[in-house]
Amino acid sequence: MSATDGPGAGILLEVRGLTKIFGSLKACDHVDLTVRAGEIHSLLGENGAGKSTLVKMLFGSLEPSEGEIRWNGAPVRIASPSAARKLGIGMVFQHFSLFDALTAAENIALSLDDETPIATIAAKAQALSHSYGLPLDPYALVGDLSVGERQRIEIIRCLLQTPRLIILDEPTSVLTPQEADKLFETLDRLRSEGKSILYISHRLEEVKRMCDSATVLRHGKVVGHCDPRQETAASLARLMVGNEVQSVVRDPVEGGAAAEPLLEVRSLSRRPATPFSIPLRNIDLTVRAGQIVGIAGVAGNGQGEFFEAVSGEVTQPEAATVRIRGNDAGRLNISGRRLLGAAFVPEERLGHGAAPRMRLSENLLLSRYATDAKAFVGGLGIVRTGAVDAAAQRIIAEMDVRKSARDPEAAALSGGNLQKFIIGRELDRKPSVLVVNQPTWGVDAGAAARIRQALIALARSGSAVLIISQDLDELFEVSDFIAVMHDGALSAPMPIAHATFEKIGLLMGGAEPGHAAPETEPA
Amino acid sequence: MGIAESILLTIATAATPLLIAALGELVVERSGVLNLGVEGMMVMGAVCGFAGAALTGSAWLGVVAGILAGAVFSLLFAFLTLSIATNQVATGLSLTILGLGLSGMIGESFVGSAGLRLPSLHLPGLSDIPLVGKLLFGQDPIFYMSIALTAGVIWFLFRTRTGLTLRSIGDNHSSAHALGIPVIRYRYLAVMFGGACAGLAGAHLSLVYTPQWVENMTAGRGWIALALVVFASWRPLRVLAGAYLFGAVTIGQLHAQALGLGIPSQLLSSLPYLATVVVLVLISRNRRLTMMNTPASLGRAFVPDR
Repeated sequence: MSATDGPGAGILLEVRGLTKIFGSLKACDHVDLTVRAGEIHSLLGENGAGKSTLVKMLFGSLEPSEGEIRWNGAPVRIASPSAARKLGIGMVFQHFSLFDALTAAENIALSLDDETPIATIAAKAQALSHSYGLPLDPYALVGDLSVGERQRIEIIRCLLQTPRLIILDEPTSVLTPQEADKLFETLDRLRSEGKSILYISHRLEEVKRMCDSATVLRHGKVVGHCDPRQETAASLARLMVGNEVQSVVRDPVEGGAAAEPLLEVRSLSRRPATPFSIPLRNIDLTVRAGQIVGIAGVAGNGQGEFFEAVSGEVTQPEAATVRIRGNDAGRLNISGRRLLGAAFVPEERLGHGAAPRMRLSENLLLSRYATDAKAFVGGLGIVRTGAVDAAAQRIIAEMDVRKSARDPEAAALSGGNLQKFIIGRELDRKPSVLVVNQPTWGVDAGAAARIRQALIALARSGSAVLIISQDLDELFEVSDFIAVMHDGALSAPMPIAHATFEKIGLLMGGAEPGHAAPETEPA
Repeated sequence: MGIAESILLTIATAATPLLIAALGELVVERSGVLNLGVEGMMVMGAVCGFAGAALTGSAWLGVVAGILAGAVFSLLFAFLTLSIATNQVATGLSLTILGLGLSGMIGESFVGSAGLRLPSLHLPGLSDIPLVGKLLFGQDPIFYMSIALTAGVIWFLFRTRTGLTLRSIGDNHSSAHALGIPVIRYRYLAVMFGGACAGLAGAHLSLVYTPQWVENMTAGRGWIALALVVFASWRPLRVLAGAYLFGAVTIGQLHAQALGLGIPSQLLSSLPYLATVVVLVLISRNRRLTMMNTPASLGRAFVPDR
């Protein structure tokens, strides 16, 4: 089969029966995929469907267990990323493969296989970035840049190698809606230049909007090829998940402004702890009983620092800065704040929310030994293992945590199941204040719906819930108010009835409420 | 030879082994590997350098033996931490303990025997210039190697693409792997370079500083070198400054003790450590610069998925 005639005409990349086995898990199981020249091809699937594994094999980062890759009609073996780059395959990684302590130009230089001087690379990168309307300072330190700017570096780095196929792994998951629009413009332009794009996403609307064809993966297998423009978001979701996803129900909130404030943050400021972290600027926030307040924002705008300050991982000099159920809590540590009735779920599941190599029951005890001392710890400080185990099993049943053993190590669970357990562990206490950072990051749609419904149920039973999330759809689904964090400052919470994607998106990009969008992109 | 000149010379001699060992460890740590076995590699270099010189009758072959001993010994560390991903701290500590023990065994028959001294440079005329002649043109060859090494490491790390790649691995080994950079191969070479430097530093001790073999003759210099790297915030010129400061205070306090100033000798003996730490902490107060130069993946094991 040749690329220039016959049924294979215009086919750039063809994958047949590609399989990758990790131990007993078939991450990719006989996957077929065809990408034509000049098309944007979407790879759709839930988390853990095998999309990232597949593209890592195409980029030479992983070695296929079996199967064939044909490039321009000829079978090829892609042994390393540098071999992929030689063929003309470029990749923009989901979790950027950048180096914080180096400049943009140095980062670009590292992926070029020749010895071009840094100054030449910087000049080329700057010229290319301007021609695509993606301004970039080649001598800026990556650690100082926003996530959107970092992605630009990855894209420019990829384009400098004049690839014929560009793989983008969930490129919009970290962007504001406006930044995403800018990205789509760039992709359109690349398509018109005849480049092919393999676009990985689980955001169906943008797939419908951008892509010419789609391959859907579920549990490592291809379950369908389709033309996304002919499908609805609902039909794509069915293909991805395999059944209908239950939508989340949100009852109207009662009480409103009269309800008791359970979590109050007053003039919270914090100096940056490291040169690469964000200072907090005079944050005020009140979360009342029965309410869910969502905090939107592009990653790295101080959400992590804010969570640390509210949870007590970092205490404040002024006790009144954070008040929980009317008590000054600013100088209390995390256990002290828990004893006042608050509960916290951090962003990273492994290593922060749970100790990876400890069992679920042990992880339960770790976060609740202080608040549930009566139930879990007997005289002389002896742990009541029976009670802890029973509570762990109760949470597992309540949240439908799927696992391989009765009480497995936290690291043995999939991300979604571990998150269900961690949230369940905190909900089980019936906290009057719950603060969650990225409740459903990397969690599949079914588990995410369950977690969101549980958060709403907690709020409606009279607790105050604060959710920090990068997923705007999620915040619109569950929040009663949305505030936006930008560069360490928090906007005033906006009632959900008044909030639109556009308004929130502008705030995420740094616009003041009521002002026009800043001119960020010179033509 | 005047007293000032002789003091300056002894300072350089005291600083040279620290500088060499610290530069080697700096390259290792810039690649993201923490090798706490410097003391062990150094003492192996010292005993093998001495033995090599004694057996061949050539001090130069002794130097080669010291370098090789350090590099080969570091391979053990590289295999354990890089190929089978053992804990770097524990492995480095064991390397030091093993090196101290093994060197004692190897060197048993050499204790008390007279050693060879690596001849110092002598350029007629130049070496006889008063005050600076001997300092600039009449020192041992390893001193000149240490200065060349400092310049070489700066050039390599900050002027070459290979050096940039090495620094990128130290900053984020996962990103480097994703780009197709052979992380483990780079780290192997870096660790062996560090071992070779520690071996050379050890050979300096047994062939120049005090040309004889005494058990544990490194006397903690490997640890000082390790500390210098951290306090110098992984910057070669600061390592140079730190090594010379340490050497200067060491020699200075010896003279102070000889003068009998009535200060307890224990306090004076601790001065070099105190002074070096205080000065290097003061010059690394710029946290931003320190963070930029700190290898972010230092000490973290890396297992590539394939």
